[in-house]
Amino acid sequence: MSLTVDEVRHVARLARLALSDDELEALRGQLADILAYAEKVGEVAVDGVPATSHAYPLANVLREDQPRPSLAAEDAISSAPQAEDGRFHVPRIVGEQA
Amino acid sequence: MSAPAIEQAREYEAVIGLEVHVELATRTKMFCGCAIDFGGDPNTRTCPICLGQPGTLPVVNRSAVEHAIRLGLALGCSISPSSQFHRKNYFYPDMPKNYQISQYDVPICVGGELEVTADAGARRVGITRVHMEEDTGKSLHVGVSGRIHGAEYSLIDYNRAGIPLLEIVSEPDIRSADEARAYLSELRAIVLALGISDAKLEEGSMRCDANISLRPVGHTVFGTRVEVKNMNSLRSLGRAITFEIARQAEVLRSGEPVVQETRHWNEDAGATSTLRVKEEVDDYRYFPDPDLVPVEPAAEWIEQIRARLPELPAAARARLVDRRGLAPAQADVLVGAGLHRLLDAAVAEGAPPIEAANWLANEVTAWCAENGVDPASAPLQGEDLAELVALVRDGTLSSKLARQVLVDVLEGKGGPREIVAQRGLEQISDTGALQAAVDQAIEQAPDAAEQVRAGNDKAIGALVGAVMRATGGKANPQMVNQLLRQRLTGG
Amino acid sequence: MSVDLVTRTAAELRDQMSAGEVSAVEVVGAHLARARAVDTEINAFLKLMDEQALDHAADIDRRRAAGEALGPLAGVPLALKDILATAGIETTCGSRILEHYRPNYDATAVQRLRAADAVVIGKTNMDEFAMGSSTENSAFGPTRNPWDTDRVPGGSSGGSTAAVAAFAAPLGIGTDTGGSIRQPAALCGLVGMKPTYGRVSRYGLIAFASSLDQVGPIARSVTDAALLHSAIAGPDPLDSTSIPTPAEDVMASLDRGLDGLRVGVVAEFMGEGMAEGVRARVTEAIARMEKLGAEVVDVSLPHVSYGVPAYYLIAPSECSSNLSRYDGVRYGMRVDGDTAEQMMARTRAAGFGAEVKRRIMVGTYALSAGYYDAYYAQAQRVRTLISRDFSKAYERCDILVSATSPTTAFPLGEKTADPLAMYLNDIYTIPSNLAGAPALSLPVGLDDQGLPVGLQIMAPVLAEPVLFQAARALEADLGFDPTPRGPNAVTAPS
Repeated sequence: MSLTVDEVRHVARLARLALSDDELEALRGQLADILAYAEKVGEVAVDGVPATSHAYPLANVLREDQPRPSLAAEDAISSAPQAEDGRFHVPRIVGEQA
Repeated sequence: MSAPAIEQAREYEAVIGLEVHVELATRTKMFCGCAIDFGGDPNTRTCPICLGQPGTLPVVNRSAVEHAIRLGLALGCSISPSSQFHRKNYFYPDMPKNYQISQYDVPICVGGELEVTADAGARRVGITRVHMEEDTGKSLHVGVSGRIHGAEYSLIDYNRAGIPLLEIVSEPDIRSADEARAYLSELRAIVLALGISDAKLEEGSMRCDANISLRPVGHTVFGTRVEVKNMNSLRSLGRAITFEIARQAEVLRSGEPVVQETRHWNEDAGATSTLRVKEEVDDYRYFPDPDLVPVEPAAEWIEQIRARLPELPAAARARLVDRRGLAPAQADVLVGAGLHRLLDAAVAEGAPPIEAANWLANEVTAWCAENGVDPASAPLQGEDLAELVALVRDGTLSSKLARQVLVDVLEGKGGPREIVAQRGLEQISDTGALQAAVDQAIEQAPDAAEQVRAGNDKAIGALVGAVMRATGGKANPQMVNQLLRQRLTGG
Repeated sequence: MSVDLVTRTAAELRDQMSAGEVSAVEVVGAHLARARAVDTEINAFLKLMDEQALDHAADIDRRRAAGEALGPLAGVPLALKDILATAGIETTCGSRILEHYRPNYDATAVQRLRAADAVVIGKTNMDEFAMGSSTENSAFGPTRNPWDTDRVPGGSSGGSTAAVAAFAAPLGIGTDTGGSIRQPAALCGLVGMKPTYGRVSRYGLIAFASSLDQVGPIARSVTDAALLHSAIAGPDPLDSTSIPTPAEDVMASLDRGLDGLRVGVVAEFMGEGMAEGVRARVTEAIARMEKLGAEVVDVSLPHVSYGVPAYYLIAPSECSSNLSRYDGVRYGMRVDGDTAEQMMARTRAAGFGAEVKRRIMVGTYALSAGYYDAYYAQAQRVRTLISRDFSKAYERCDILVSATSPTTAFPLGEKTADPLAMYLNDIYTIPSNLAGAPALSLPVGLDDQGLPVGLQIMAPVLAEPVLFQAARALEADLGFDPTPRGPNAVTAPS
């Protein structure tokens, strides 16, 4: 298991983490070590074994379509780092998405 | 379309698939109890859950699932015995959690089809899947341009975030702009018939993206696909596809490859332009949402929903032709506009089907177009339409006055009889009341009267016109004609 | 008077208050004073809520005087891990990115505690977003172990455990994703229990790994832990993964003893890597159980060695998605940037600590295109095999036992440079999270350095009653004294 700095940089971009070159370099080794360790799961034969996400099997947990009170406008934005006219402020959005 | 493009269209075949999003008309959002209520102040339809506050969890809205099953059944899909929600991970400021809860490898409905009729004939378009997901918030771009490009900053309103959406993905079975329009129009009619959305393309409660590629006629391998967004009406969908087919044909004809990208349809420019080039495959890091459990609709529930399905557009058209005696084209217009339910209501109130259908297909549709009103929600009751038709039939109203009365009804001024009474519009068919006006007209236009006496029948028009003017248009024109002839020729 | 009050158990305090011997204001006041005095040594609290707690206590006293019916924990002070949302009160999750965040809703567990009339006296320190096993990953400084303040209390619920161990509160709430209640309970000489996944609502529990996280009790006695569990357990319509049946009664069977219970010793958990002091106490405890009438059998969980690798794929994957919402737009800190993307990336780089970033990176990588099947999906299948191993073992026994942690409390800084070494602290606790089954840590003595050793007792899904029953019987027999002692121990109550 080894990773290049460019791979690590790509993952950091996907994760929206502005990491310094030093951090990227440190993470390169740590990620490789952790993933190499985690890759042990690959040793297990799992043919025909279903994936488990919840130990207690549940299905059809549905909510009736009944309105509940929303927050007051000032409460909705009360934790916003920056707001304007009842809306959340963000710097200009460049590109559609990535 | 320019001549060279037509020539290319003979060489290349367009392969088109549509992805349609429909905002569901549930009372509350997909995963929280916030009421769906358009037009509120920003962020007044939000709660800790749809704002993605730390620690909050989603719970699925039963009605949204029911709507999805309803549409799936209407499109002939099979309903998955166990479907799952996944997280689609990408960062975007209008998405509160920076992931969208959507369905991925096991959507709720799979494998249906929709038959559409276009100029080239009927075509069955496969439905790949219908899946449930949540909508994003809305960004307001602040700056000189008012658009995303060149904005100084953006302001986010999360009222729309979390509204349930259905995404309907077609197979790439569509071959022309005309068929694409027919498909979207038919899908919209089905959605309206099911009552699961108001499906307004102009307002974004129904949205359509098109995947378009070209390939030489006779080939089976797909060409490079371009995704086109931002078509806000059936018309712009048609125009965008027509443009894009021509553009790609021209690129191919010049020996260049088509670039895989997302393009934006600009209605004013009548052209598509590059929105973003897909340099790499999107990496959405889908995985099953551990906060949610599978949806496993019981067979009885599905059958209950099936039993309550309303008449679908194709069946409605057939019925209007077979049982109401309408021409197929008119049945198309009425069902397409969602006006057939109004016709049924008017007929139930005693209106003759063909006359009522004519009023709907002509006057009501025209008024809606002029006033930007969706015909399906035209402010008219079947009872009103039946009354209007009866007033024309019994001679109380001329067709011309009836049109004015209809406009008043649509503007909410009252029922037809009420308006006729208020405005004193009853047609004057009483001989005594008309006689004076006829005499006066002859007196004031002796020349015309002389010509009629001399056998020039056409000259009577001027006299009829004078009587109509004198009576404010209320005189029964046939009766005026008759009275004038009696006076002038004794006939 | 106050020494007496802070060393009492929750059950004792409850009885004293209902008998009118002492008021809730006195009880809460004594614990707040103790918390303030001791926190300079251990840094267990991120926030002490003197005013709200005393108001709440006064209200309980008023209601008691008026003859109103009170909840089962009326007036009992409680230390709440800062991972649970509290309306209007800072909820930081141990992270700089949420430093001043005040939720506008209460977690379901917090609502239940209020309904039980427990009094939250403060919010406790933790590894940032519950990622860690030592509470050294808090953005607000490490918490120290009351038994030896040069050592870690374990983690991630180190603040709540240190607070309870130091007599600042009789009850603490923790959360457990891979051992975050049981391991610090073991290292601090306390009882800590992770309930069956879905037994306690996760609504308002700030998510680390959604398919593993559970809220649970921390106390100095089994009875107290059972009382606290009873207060918070039960179905919740706001959590789709909440088990819809009413919570099992864990109090009724508490004193039924160990006689006739079949106790399985997990062979894979008795191998290398365990400190000798830990092995000695665990072996003795198992022998005591046998003396008390339990039938001890050896069992094997063949896939359990894949538990930690599977966990270190599942937990980071889920965390990478769960933590995406911290982007500087709606709440929390923001570092400005020219574009929205730059602002988000800078905010997250500055707001998250090294371990959180590391796990987000691992998870983002593991979920990214082309790796999903080999990593996350494979780990979820291994999870199924581990659950099957447990089911098979429970055909032959009622409960399983092992050490809770391979070592006792280690010195601060010892493992911070080696993430993998830190991860191995949870080798015995992780499998129960993967299986969604309940497990409890019970103090069973001290090692030769005078540090507490925890015995882990595991039970099948929803078998909490037998878990508490077995723990209570062993506790009564061992008579472990939870008072921290030794040269570096926290100052005793005075």
